[in-house]
Amino acid sequence: MPKIKANKANNSKIMVPLFAVALGFALGSIVVLITGKNPLMMFNAIIQGSTGINLARGGFNPRHIGELVIQSMPILLTGLSVGFAFRTGLFNIGAEGQLMAGSLAATAIALTVKAPVFIHVPMVLLAGMAAGAAWGAIPGFLKAKFNVHEVVVTIMLNYIALHFNNWSILKVFGSVDRVKTAEFPVTALLKDPWLAAITNGSRLNWGFIPVIMAILAYWFILEKTTFGFGLRAVGFNKDAAKYAGMKVERNMVMSMVIAGAFAGLAGAIITTGTFSFGRALTAAEGYGFDGIAVALVGMNKAPGILLAGLLFGMLKTAGPLMQSAGIPREIGGIIQASIVMLVAMKLGLERILLLFRGNRQGLSFLSPDSEEAGV
Amino acid sequence: MSLKLVLEMFPIALMFAAPIIMAALGGLFSERSGVVNIALEGIMMVGAFAGASVTVVLEPVTSMAPWLGLLVGILAGMVFSLFHSFASINLKADQVISGTALNILAGGLTVYLCQIIFRQQRTRAFSSGLRKVTVPLLNKIPVLGPMFFEEIYPTFYLAMILVALTWYIVQKTAFGLRLRSCGEHPQAAASMGIDVYLMRYAGVTISGALAGLAGATMVLTQDIQYTISSIHGTGFIALASLVFGKWNPWGVLGAGFFFGFAQILSYYAKDIHFLAALPQEIFYMLPYALTIIALVVFAGKTVGPKAAGEIYDKGKR
Repeated sequence: MPKIKANKANNSKIMVPLFAVALGFALGSIVVLITGKNPLMMFNAIIQGSTGINLARGGFNPRHIGELVIQSMPILLTGLSVGFAFRTGLFNIGAEGQLMAGSLAATAIALTVKAPVFIHVPMVLLAGMAAGAAWGAIPGFLKAKFNVHEVVVTIMLNYIALHFNNWSILKVFGSVDRVKTAEFPVTALLKDPWLAAITNGSRLNWGFIPVIMAILAYWFILEKTTFGFGLRAVGFNKDAAKYAGMKVERNMVMSMVIAGAFAGLAGAIITTGTFSFGRALTAAEGYGFDGIAVALVGMNKAPGILLAGLLFGMLKTAGPLMQSAGIPREIGGIIQASIVMLVAMKLGLERILLLFRGNRQGLSFLSPDSEEAGV
Repeated sequence: MSLKLVLEMFPIALMFAAPIIMAALGGLFSERSGVVNIALEGIMMVGAFAGASVTVVLEPVTSMAPWLGLLVGILAGMVFSLFHSFASINLKADQVISGTALNILAGGLTVYLCQIIFRQQRTRAFSSGLRKVTVPLLNKIPVLGPMFFEEIYPTFYLAMILVALTWYIVQKTAFGLRLRSCGEHPQAAASMGIDVYLMRYAGVTISGALAGLAGATMVLTQDIQYTISSIHGTGFIALASLVFGKWNPWGVLGAGFFFGFAQILSYYAKDIHFLAALPQEIFYMLPYALTIIALVVFAGKTVGPKAAGEIYDKGKR
């Protein structure tokens, strides 16, 4: 009997993100409708962007599938970054900055080191992870040592990373056009003409291998190791974890270090996979916020993050296609934000779902005697 | 650093300080009522978009266009903040996540609407934003005159009035007392017959109005059009000013000045002897780095509302 109950609880946990996603797309369609466009064109673009099949006009282009993988990789990793910190009870809005730190370190190694490809590429990726980890360690340390809220610190570090990146790219590595560095040597790149060829000239690269390894590592560390258990214990109840003799402060810092490493890896993959040069940026590119959406919808679990990463990757690849169908691509951001908002309303949504099932508990929606008091 | 340079810097610093102060006062109302409002940034973006759009559209019709822009910015901020109230008060959402969602939404929504209305990624440029004013007589005061009364945007005076008004409302009125009680101990407030939901709605909506005003002010004094990077983190700096200013309007005023000056150092560094050698980017980073330092220095001694960020549930004792 208790087992069935647990199953039911699990079901409703999965229902919330699914419901949120469906409702998010519905809201997005309404916005498209109100602004005088056709939502069907939006869905056609999304399907075309993820499968390569154009339902409206017919035809198949495998390039879109390659692009879907490319777009999903960084946000999957920032999703892992945000999710990892969430599991320890920390909100990492700084994945963007950690990603930029990683991308900068990757640029440094790619430009300065000369090595054969099987050494150079791992070096680039490890440098990206190390830099991201260091950038993530700062808010972790400040939280553990001075109890400074990680949210504001990570946001500030995003802006600092942006300007530091630009200064390094333009002044240290040098740039002819004030936008990018010189081309990296081929040995540093994740690109492969063969991968591009089988996907009709997409930017698909070997970056998906470290991404898959990262997803496995995330799952393994959190679910299968004592260390991961300690991290989750801090996330569940800081005081109890402390009482049980766990090193709460150290765990917080370690959690942010690992979260930063995931985001740093994303930076390295973008820089040496999608591009082949270091870039100065005018503004943040939003990978960090995408990661928040991915982690929330994926419920901070490895399989969930994988699916959510692909879902939001789909929205991103569909962007240019929507644009050419006359629908501003920012609708993707609007849908994403709605989904995040809806997942944030978890407690409220759970009760609405219960209501749909005719459960009597659901009828006490927002009533004063609710059991989940002030969680 | 000569006196002349300081005098020259002042009006510019005040221009940057005004929106920070306004938005931070908004955060004050919200947090005093017990709702953390990390969406200040997003609300500012919406206010800035609305302000810039109205100014562009009404410019040919009336010279009051920028003022109407401010007004619509306030209204847009209030409406946008209702999402945050509804999610975090009625649906008991995590306030930080709900605020983050609004920040993401603001970026998408404003640029989406720009494309629908102006067919580009930004609003059209307006030919003139708010106009600077010189206060007669007062500008003749030596030193203080050129600092505070010559070629100053009227929105700075508006920010000053709002500081005093906020202090009066929050500290001296029954409404303010009720608001604060909801942020300190909502259950106790409820037991005294205060409608916590209503007070929290009021707090967040006032914060939406002020952040919307701040956004419109920022775009109409510092920019020529609204773009996705018009606000570039000012909402978060306002949030830090609130902590730095210890949730007190006068403290917020001081913190706002501080960050206003931090923001303009990059423009004046080349004229200041001992700073000229440093790269420009250092000064771009400075306000954000100072924010972190301020937080570290003031952390532990924080005197914020006790129940800020806590979901209010009537059943909890």
